[in-house]
Amino acid sequence: MKNFNFKSASNTKEASKLASGRATFLAGGMSILPAMKLRLAAYTHLINIKKIKSLSGIKVSSKSIRIGAATTHAAVAASKEVGKSIPSLAILADGIGDPQVRNRGTIGGSIANNDPAADYPSACLALKATIHTNKRKIAADKFFKGMFETDLKKGELIESVEFEVPEKSAYAKFPNPASRYALVGVFVAKQKDGVRVAVTGAASSVFRSKELESVLLNNFSPSAVDKATVSDKGLNSDIHASAEYRAHIIKSMARKAVSSC
Amino acid sequence: MAVIELSVNGKKISKEVSDNTLLSDFLRDKLSLTGTHVGCDTSQCGACVVHMDGNSIKSCTTLVADCNGSEITTIEGIAKNGKMHSMQEAFKKHHGLQCGFCTPGMVMSAIDLLQKNKNPSEQEIRDWLEGNICRCTGYQGIVAAVKDAASKM
Repeated sequence: MKNFNFKSASNTKEASKLASGRATFLAGGMSILPAMKLRLAAYTHLINIKKIKSLSGIKVSSKSIRIGAATTHAAVAASKEVGKSIPSLAILADGIGDPQVRNRGTIGGSIANNDPAADYPSACLALKATIHTNKRKIAADKFFKGMFETDLKKGELIESVEFEVPEKSAYAKFPNPASRYALVGVFVAKQKDGVRVAVTGAASSVFRSKELESVLLNNFSPSAVDKATVSDKGLNSDIHASAEYRAHIIKSMARKAVSSC
Repeated sequence: MAVIELSVNGKKISKEVSDNTLLSDFLRDKLSLTGTHVGCDTSQCGACVVHMDGNSIKSCTTLVADCNGSEITTIEGIAKNGKMHSMQEAFKKHHGLQCGFCTPGMVMSAIDLLQKNKNPSEQEIRDWLEGNICRCTGYQGIVAAVKDAASKM
């Protein structure tokens, strides 16, 4: 790993100020450090944001759950409040990587990185999340732009992610047997005003499946999933799975998620 | 470069390190604590697992700069007064190792599991050890060791 300057910020203003030039924010480092070791990324400055107190913690209201950007996956998985209010979110957090990754990795880091096979982006889309940054609020639908790309601007720091509490929801993941990343992950949520189905792992970035949403809006049941046609157009084909196979797994994960709602 | 202060196996350490130093390299190269192994160097294999402030982490994916003020425990720090930790005893008794390369990480990860779940089922043990890869034992002995240790810890 090439050398860089490590600096800890004590508040978001300082973090933002330090993030000039080839600098980036460091939370758990579970994606960025391996990327830097493999020379896929190089920075002159890493700005540690874990010491900023306002970025950690979980706030629950009857309508939403707001999770601080530097909150670890382990903390979300273990939160009784999250487990009670949106159990699917706690289950998702408990299935990310392995226990050591969950002890360090954070929700803000996961969505800022927007790995095509990351779990959290699907929860953001399906649970109508709002991403609160130090500059503005961004709707999840506008946040995820493409492979490893988001709407975040230089120096813009995620402060928290706010999820709407749905009527019911579930996440079903088909993990790659070796890496345990989602070969396909489907997050299904039923809200008062509709149904949202978000798919991760299958394409270059997380996306909503309009086909599945429309059949489930009429009839929120596992059998309704069978009526949907999920196209393999634009899905990933690689050594792990063909696009056609991924399209098939999207339906079976959707069925599984709806049954466990 | 910055001076980092941390505690390793109960001993206060203060050393100047470059900002890109990984905890695994620091432990092995600067402190000669070579019990922490580096296998894959990309957080897959778990041979480098140590505890940071009581939680298991992968030391190959942690910067020493990020450990300022932390308490680190490595495999060298769990035996007390020349007596093996119950988890080490259990690995020995149940043949939870062959070549021993993955063992330090397995033991440190398994101890963290029992801190959080005193009586895990076989499935819970297997799920927890997902981030620790062993290429010789086939895991049977490891799972048996963790189960046995749970009954004694």
